[in-house]
Amino acid sequence: MVQISGSLRRRLTWTLIGGAAGLAVLVYAFVRSYATEIAQQGQDNVLQASVTSVLDAAVIRDGLIEVDFPYASFSMLETSSDDRVFYAIYQDDRLVSGYPDLPRPAPSPAMETTFQTGAYNETLVRIATGSRTLIGADTRITISVSMAQTQDSLALTLAGIARNVALFGTAFFLLAVALSFWATSTAIGPLQRLTTSVTRRGPQDLSPVTQPIPAEMAPLVGSLNNLMQRLDYSLSQSEDFIAEAAHRVRTPLATVRSHAETMLQKVDREENRTALRSMIRAIDESSRAAGQLLDHAMITFRADHLERQPLFLDALVRDLVMRLTPVADMKDVDLRVHCADPVPCSGDPILVQNAVRNLIDNALKYSPAECSIDITVSASPRPRIEVRDEGPGFPVDEMAGLSSRFARGRNATGIIGSGLGLTIARDVATAHDGTLSLGNHPEGGACVVFSL
Amino acid sequence: MRGFFALIAIFQATLAGAQDWEDMRVFSGTPDGPELRIVSSTDTSVFAPFITAYQRANPSVTVEYLVAGTAYLDDVYRAAPEKYDLVISSAMDLQLKLANDGFALPVTDTAHPDWAQWRNSLFGFTAEPAAIVINRAAFADLPATPGTRQDLINVLRAHPDRFRGKVGTYDVRQSGLGYLFATQDARASETYWRLTEVMGALNAQLYCCSGDMIDDLVRGDLLVAYNVLGSYAAARPEIADHLEIILPSEFPTTMMRTALVSRHSSNPEPAIAFLRHLIAPGTTATSSSLPGLAQPNSSEPPPIAMEIALLAYLDTLKRRTFIREWENAIIQKP
Repeated sequence: MVQISGSLRRRLTWTLIGGAAGLAVLVYAFVRSYATEIAQQGQDNVLQASVTSVLDAAVIRDGLIEVDFPYASFSMLETSSDDRVFYAIYQDDRLVSGYPDLPRPAPSPAMETTFQTGAYNETLVRIATGSRTLIGADTRITISVSMAQTQDSLALTLAGIARNVALFGTAFFLLAVALSFWATSTAIGPLQRLTTSVTRRGPQDLSPVTQPIPAEMAPLVGSLNNLMQRLDYSLSQSEDFIAEAAHRVRTPLATVRSHAETMLQKVDREENRTALRSMIRAIDESSRAAGQLLDHAMITFRADHLERQPLFLDALVRDLVMRLTPVADMKDVDLRVHCADPVPCSGDPILVQNAVRNLIDNALKYSPAECSIDITVSASPRPRIEVRDEGPGFPVDEMAGLSSRFARGRNATGIIGSGLGLTIARDVATAHDGTLSLGNHPEGGACVVFSL
Repeated sequence: MRGFFALIAIFQATLAGAQDWEDMRVFSGTPDGPELRIVSSTDTSVFAPFITAYQRANPSVTVEYLVAGTAYLDDVYRAAPEKYDLVISSAMDLQLKLANDGFALPVTDTAHPDWAQWRNSLFGFTAEPAAIVINRAAFADLPATPGTRQDLINVLRAHPDRFRGKVGTYDVRQSGLGYLFATQDARASETYWRLTEVMGALNAQLYCCSGDMIDDLVRGDLLVAYNVLGSYAAARPEIADHLEIILPSEFPTTMMRTALVSRHSSNPEPAIAFLRHLIAPGTTATSSSLPGLAQPNSSEPPPIAMEIALLAYLDTLKRRTFIREWENAIIQKP
């Protein structure tokens, strides 16, 4: 089983979305603070201009300070929100005009305009203060002017900017989310295509992956190819080995059998004869198993390189039955073929023949004497062969595992067999994209359906 | 010690304030109903229709209507803002300063045009031009009635004997409205100063209010009044035969009568309701003789802008300088 820890797609998506959210918030905060600074700068500039214009209007007349307050120093402070304005004019440290309790910074010696934000008249105001030294006939007077303005219009502007930036940030974020989904699926795409192509492979297909893949996946796919190559090699090695072994065992077995038979003719003592008979029986079993193993190896090879050609199932079955009839006659079993019309199909005739022979063999082995085996060949829905005997049938609880290699049913004791017959039939069916289904007939007897 | 004197001064002012109303009238509602104290610079006879119209819709409200000159009204209200609910004045600059200084309660959700209000606090509800009012008889033998300030200067210069002591205008030291008209005139053109000097040379009579000037015109004590409220003269149809109202054609000065709800009012609800009634479209036209606000895009000259710059001439130093120049022009030193 595969152990799953997290998902690449989810991890990638969340990383991208999280990054986008962080960026959006960062952009919002940055643009906002930047806009605040600029807007404040704008207000400060106007306030400074206003202060300067008032300072410029100050003159000393007869030792008295006079300020002809320019209309413009107020009108330049006009805003769309009708911001309130306060001011104070100090001669040295004495208030000569304006609002007495307006916050006032310590006079700056450099005569530069200073800015401060303070509370006045229950509201927040921005205050600009500048000063200027007037030189009269025999006096030096420092006049300082503070202009203060509420920040309603500024707040309105900032709120507008904040709203727009928030909208922009949200749009950016949503776009980034969409983009991250797209980017993730693009990045994951080759992985999925690889998965699909590997999943779609036939059971015996161990050829290397040849489709183009991104560089990051090359090591993985390289290792995979390498692994499959080794697997393929070791599989074919073991198949070859089995086939070779079976072949080498079969010939000496035949020799041993003929010797045993000759011996059986010569000995008279009953116990020796019994021993020899069971010896022959064991040799038969081994020889059959070796044959089956060879068959199986052959089938595995042919199924890997399946070569279909047109054939007639009914003719194939009749031919087989004809060849098996002598064996059946020995057990007094009647092989009956039912087929109305020719059943054309495409496949490897050798494989199909082998599979069907195994099925009929099985039926013969498990059939009691003096009964019949019905073989029905039909063309629809798919070309299929049904083999039904009158034997004991399959043990119901073992049916699912019976077509595995070397699996034999409980009731097979005493019957020669290797456990490869059904495996071969199933492999052939699978190689042809068909199925092999095992079942018991309601009136008794096993019923195997081989369909292509 | 100084604080003590200041206290006494305030006390005296408050005492005096209780007595020095030009007019004072109570429009009774139901006995248990809310009370509304309006302090105003508009004559009771002119403003009464507004109140009666309001009481038709709100019969329970008792309205106390106090009349004073614009400058005096401003002082009285600033001294005790909690005693009044609604302030109505023709001195736009003083009213704007009240609103700027935080005395006004904002009234939102009005459909009032932007140019006729300030911060939802101060609302203009009339547009009244400053006029030259002349005695028709005095100009009967002259080729034409003066249409501009320059025409008036020419006429006055040509006939000094006829007009000596018979020319009247506001005393800008006393009247807030007079000061507003004077400063706006001076801002607009130098002609104002020449006219003021000519009037000064003719020993101009100085008045606190438009009403008094019109009275003297009617009596024949005055032949020409400058910067008088045309609306007050027009409100007296019986004088139309021998007085003529001239709106100077070169630059008319038009003020808006403004109202604000006191932020220090203990029960502002009726005041807010009254203000809404006052500025509702059509109220001025239907319930009073005062000219209502001009319709947008009309050909009438725009009124004095309701903007923060009105504060400029209220600055102590600037006012001191302006008054001194004005006195130099209008008061002929012997």
